[in-house]
Amino acid sequence: MSLKDKLLSSYLTFQENTSFDNSILDIKDQAIKVFETEGFPSKKDENWKYTSLNSVTKPDYSLAATGDDAIEFKDVKQYFLNDIDTFKIVFIDGVYSSYLSETTHDGVDVCLLSSALTKPKFKQVIDVYFNKIAKNESLTALNTAFAKEGAYIYVPKSMAVNKPIQIVHLSTGNEANLMLQPRNLIVAEENAEVQVIERHQSLSSNAVFTNSVTEIYAGKHARVDYYKIQNDKENASLIDNSHIDQQESSEVSVHTFSFGGKLTRNNLNYYQNGEHINSILKGVTIIEDKQHVDHNTLVHHKQPNCESHQDYKGIFDDKSTGVFNGKVVVDAIAQKINAYQSNNNILVSDKASINSKPQLEIFADDVRCSHGCTIGQLDEDALFYMRTRGIGKKEGRALLMYAFANNVLESVKIPQLKARITNLIAEKLGVNIGFDL
Amino acid sequence: MAYTEDDLEKELATKEYKYGFYTDIESETFPVGLNEDIVRAISKKKEEPEWMTEWRIEAFRYWQTLEEPEWANVHYEKPDFQNISYYSAPSKKPKYDSLDEVDPELLDTFKRLGISIDEQKKLAGVAVDVVMDSVSVTTTFKKTLAEKGIIFCSISEAIKEHPELVKKYIGTVVPKKDNFYAALNSAVFSDGSFCYIPKGVRCPMELSTYFRINQAGTGQFERTLVVADEGSYVSYLEGCTAPSRDENQLHAAVVELIALDDAEIKYSTVQNWYPGNDEGKGGVYNFVTKRGLCEKNAKISWTQVETGSAVTWKYPSCVLKGDNSIGEFYSIAVTNNFQQADTGTKMIHLGKNTKSTIISKGISAGQSQNSYRGLVQINSRAENARNFSQCDSLLMGNKCGAHTFPYIEAKNKSAKVEHEATTSKIGEDQIFYCNQRGIDTEKAIALIVNGFSKEVLNKLPMEFAVEAQKLLEISLEGSVG
Repeated sequence: MSLKDKLLSSYLTFQENTSFDNSILDIKDQAIKVFETEGFPSKKDENWKYTSLNSVTKPDYSLAATGDDAIEFKDVKQYFLNDIDTFKIVFIDGVYSSYLSETTHDGVDVCLLSSALTKPKFKQVIDVYFNKIAKNESLTALNTAFAKEGAYIYVPKSMAVNKPIQIVHLSTGNEANLMLQPRNLIVAEENAEVQVIERHQSLSSNAVFTNSVTEIYAGKHARVDYYKIQNDKENASLIDNSHIDQQESSEVSVHTFSFGGKLTRNNLNYYQNGEHINSILKGVTIIEDKQHVDHNTLVHHKQPNCESHQDYKGIFDDKSTGVFNGKVVVDAIAQKINAYQSNNNILVSDKASINSKPQLEIFADDVRCSHGCTIGQLDEDALFYMRTRGIGKKEGRALLMYAFANNVLESVKIPQLKARITNLIAEKLGVNIGFDL
Repeated sequence: MAYTEDDLEKELATKEYKYGFYTDIESETFPVGLNEDIVRAISKKKEEPEWMTEWRIEAFRYWQTLEEPEWANVHYEKPDFQNISYYSAPSKKPKYDSLDEVDPELLDTFKRLGISIDEQKKLAGVAVDVVMDSVSVTTTFKKTLAEKGIIFCSISEAIKEHPELVKKYIGTVVPKKDNFYAALNSAVFSDGSFCYIPKGVRCPMELSTYFRINQAGTGQFERTLVVADEGSYVSYLEGCTAPSRDENQLHAAVVELIALDDAEIKYSTVQNWYPGNDEGKGGVYNFVTKRGLCEKNAKISWTQVETGSAVTWKYPSCVLKGDNSIGEFYSIAVTNNFQQADTGTKMIHLGKNTKSTIISKGISAGQSQNSYRGLVQINSRAENARNFSQCDSLLMGNKCGAHTFPYIEAKNKSAKVEHEATTSKIGEDQIFYCNQRGIDTEKAIALIVNGFSKEVLNKLPMEFAVEAQKLLEISLEGSVG
């Protein structure tokens, strides 16, 4: 039985075991119909031209797991950012783990989507925002149909969450093959501010397939910083669908650090629904072996006087493949737009490949839109220069790669996170630089 | 009164198609519709050998299994392939031995097109092959060329007189099963040009083909094959016009270029098919497959100025097969009213040290849509491949659109690929800067537009550059220099 059939046939059972009210069930019923007609995307879809899900959808996945209480904090401590105080929302095999988490309802709500979807006191917010931003395409719809758990963050007007929020998904490997469909909803009302760090981590080498959806709403003058760390094991595949609705003068930045995993696909969609909005999309990809990372971005400028900045860097070794498919759409009324898109890649090995497709679709005349894309190598002269100064070849290469990725790292606003990512890169490149960048 | 951007926009929007006349020449036209009999009839009409007929039939059978592609960023009413006549030829006399025998009315047509054969013969020294309604009517300068061993004739003549060359090369770059329109063309092409430059010969003059659709309800399916043997050089020009009609006409051509070792082909196109009226009615559908193959150290350079057609859908491409080969693509695409253009190029790097350059300039006005779509592919064995692409779009008015869809695929670590694209309008500060220096707004706009497209205009042969500038219909007074 194909994964699609399995999902469709288990939908009814899934639905019976939940306690959602009718409005949520309606949304889910509609979503499963969308998935039923569209199915998993294939390479024939223009947006999936370079990424095949065949190998990902092949295993016989368990669609639900029981969670695991035996995991101690010390076992998984390394996957958290520990040197600063944070809120934590932790899921083990898709099930909320209360003893690893630290949530709050003090002023802001940092809690679980399952409770938000079922408890009456959240109904008002859920009615306005849940599944309103996400577009109903196949994978998002699939998630909508099955989603019951994830992070729920609500920041009311003029409130700032005083510490970053970590969302961590751990998978134990207790099931041979596990499919997870977490769903996050983040609402920052007018003038609100929040920082979120998201990580998916498998603890064994069993196959995990995560189809995650995150909806972010940024009200007027709101600021949202979202960091994604994708450094998973070789059998973990992740499809991350993020849908972001921005209102006037808001700023949302998403940084994606892709360092591992079998197949990673990031569908990052920004919708600008007001003036003077700034959207920031940044990413660093450093992969090797047969890993595959695909960044698919959309910035839809619907109103005038807005900006968007995209900057994606990639370093590809061994047989890894990278894909960048960025799209900027400027509507006819959206004059005075400044959209910038850049994608730079380095191929380290002869077997590695990169497919890049930076697109512009522009219907307004008074705009400044530019994109650039390069594929190149490390500068031999620069390497030689460093070697004459006594810096080893490996270290020299690493230094240059750091410099290459530094543009993206620079805008990370949490210093401890920046240090952490710098370490991850050093580990990845197998060197000890000996100083912080 | 000062000439402002609005005026320019208006001028662009209201420019009339000056080639929209129809010449009343008696012609022989096949009944509408397409089936194997028609394909055989075309082949018979052209007195083609058996292998050619079979080639066509094979292409036709394959075409029947295909569906019309829809991926391009254009919207149009699909042509009804059974409602087109696939062969139309001026019928007075099947063939002309010299210009004197040409129907004076036909000659008059060419005069009105501004490509007076006489004039060009004298002034520019251009050898012209004129294809009217799919049939080659004149080829000038044949004798001069023959002295050098250059073969320049219609493709139907080539099939008869140089079957070994045609058989060897036709369909090698654009296989008959390449795509929907290439298959259709392979089945029904009625004429086109053939050109062969022997080893080490530098073609002394520009070769030129002029295409015109004259009859109503016909499609034009011509096929051009240019073979440059080792170490040779040729510059080839192509121009096209059509009468103004309310219905859409189909033009599905195939152009194949083959540059053997150390050869160079420069192929320039000024495409000015009827674009439809200012309400978007009528106009030519221009669905063309153009591709060139470079062997070792060879170079192919495509230059195109696209101003016509209701819908343009073409991607002149280079397959850089040989080591050290070079591919170039220079394009200006101007769309206005309801025109749609989805054009660009493909650079396929297969050999080592291959280089390609892509410069694409799009100017959209009115309610037109202008897309650049390009592919740069570096294959795993293409060591040290190098590509530079630049796509700039200029928008005039807020009802038009400019789109860029570049595809970049690299499979070799030594590849260096750069792609840049910008979209903007003529900046107020640019005009202000010029004003500041005593240049009035009219001249400033001319200067900026000229500068915007100059990189491409410079690549055109002189006499074409003049025509192209005329076609752009942009006042460049005092700034051309």
